[in-house]
Amino acid sequence: MFIRRTLPLLVSAIFGVALIFQFFIPHPASKSFYNMMLDWLIIVSAFTYLIAVQSTVELHITKIKRKVEGWQYSIIVLVSLFVTALLGIFGGAFMPTTLWMKIFHNVKPTDTTPLMYTYLYMQMPMQSTIFSLLAFYMASAAFRSFRARSFDATLLLITAGIVTIGRVPLGEFIYKGLPDVVEWILKYPNMAAQRGILIGVQLGIIATSIKIILGIERKYLGGGK
Amino acid sequence: MALSSNFWIWIAAILTLAIYSFLYKDNPFYKFAEYLLVGISIGYGISVYWHNTIITKVFNPLVYDKNFLVLIPLLLGLLMFSRFFKNVAYLSRIPIAFVVGAGTGLSVPSSFEFLFKQVYATMPTKLDIGIIIIVIGVISTLIYFFFSLEHKGFVGRVSRVGITFIMVAFGAAFGYTIMARVSLFIGRIQFLLSDWLGIIK
Repeated sequence: MFIRRTLPLLVSAIFGVALIFQFFIPHPASKSFYNMMLDWLIIVSAFTYLIAVQSTVELHITKIKRKVEGWQYSIIVLVSLFVTALLGIFGGAFMPTTLWMKIFHNVKPTDTTPLMYTYLYMQMPMQSTIFSLLAFYMASAAFRSFRARSFDATLLLITAGIVTIGRVPLGEFIYKGLPDVVEWILKYPNMAAQRGILIGVQLGIIATSIKIILGIERKYLGGGK
Repeated sequence: MALSSNFWIWIAAILTLAIYSFLYKDNPFYKFAEYLLVGISIGYGISVYWHNTIITKVFNPLVYDKNFLVLIPLLLGLLMFSRFFKNVAYLSRIPIAFVVGAGTGLSVPSSFEFLFKQVYATMPTKLDIGIIIIVIGVISTLIYFFFSLEHKGFVGRVSRVGITFIMVAFGAAFGYTIMARVSLFIGRIQFLLSDWLGIIK
């Protein structure tokens, strides 16, 4: 019971309290403790990423084994995942590795890595194309969902229209003062609501954090014994 | 017109067109590009974690600096894999507790700092219509999200003002999102017509 429940709660409480206290201690030792904790967090988080990768790989292997509809696409995921990972691990992420330069003698340390080629010419174009594709769907979805049914929906639609048109030369062409109207909307009513939401979010974060540290909120431990 | 002779530009152009083919209807070309993107993105993440975390923050300090303290997060990380063994699966709670605990410890002071900055910025320093709008907007938005009081009477009226401000902010955010997507679309078309086909300069 101690290892299953109490120890995890103690671990989160101790590290939580320690990191809150270090913020108020202006000493180099406190700063180096903070940096060490940041590194530890990054290291442990890397393993959580691996768990996510394992889950994805397992999902696609199951799809291939069971020959579910579209299983052929799972092969694409697995092949591209392993090829990219191997290219990145052996070829280097942002600069070529020593091993890569030993294998390919003409590769210089300043050369673009194979991983960067896949990033610049495959991942980035595809990502931005998918996001740009949403431009078409957002407009039609917005028209369907925000059709001025109520005062609030009308307000949202009008603001969106003014901000969109007012930020391009067409807006100024229609009405010279439109960019100023947009500026005013962004600077005052928009800023007020954003600030209200942000203050609420920060209060929520603080309350939840304190609940976690005190062991009141323990859903992150999952179910079971 | 000078068609690109760069192999990688062709790859990027073909993948771009494969994704745009979805505008007609869902098809195997789109699906191919979509699944390829998933695989490449995960592979990219693994590579970056490998070099930036495992090599830089674990291997190098351990081997070259003899900093054995990094064995603690390494061990914690490895404990994550205990979830694959039913009889010791509970051990994976320890690294999760560490991430959650340390994360909350880090977030509390920074959240307070951010909160105070926002409250300070809202304080009226002079009587100005813009500042009054901000004060009213912030208070009414906060009241709209305050559910411990029933939204009736005065509270109800103030929260009604709050929702009006929120709708304006959501409208502005929505307008900006559309703008961002359209500018991405222009960027892709520019890439196809300029970098790939060489029709425009």
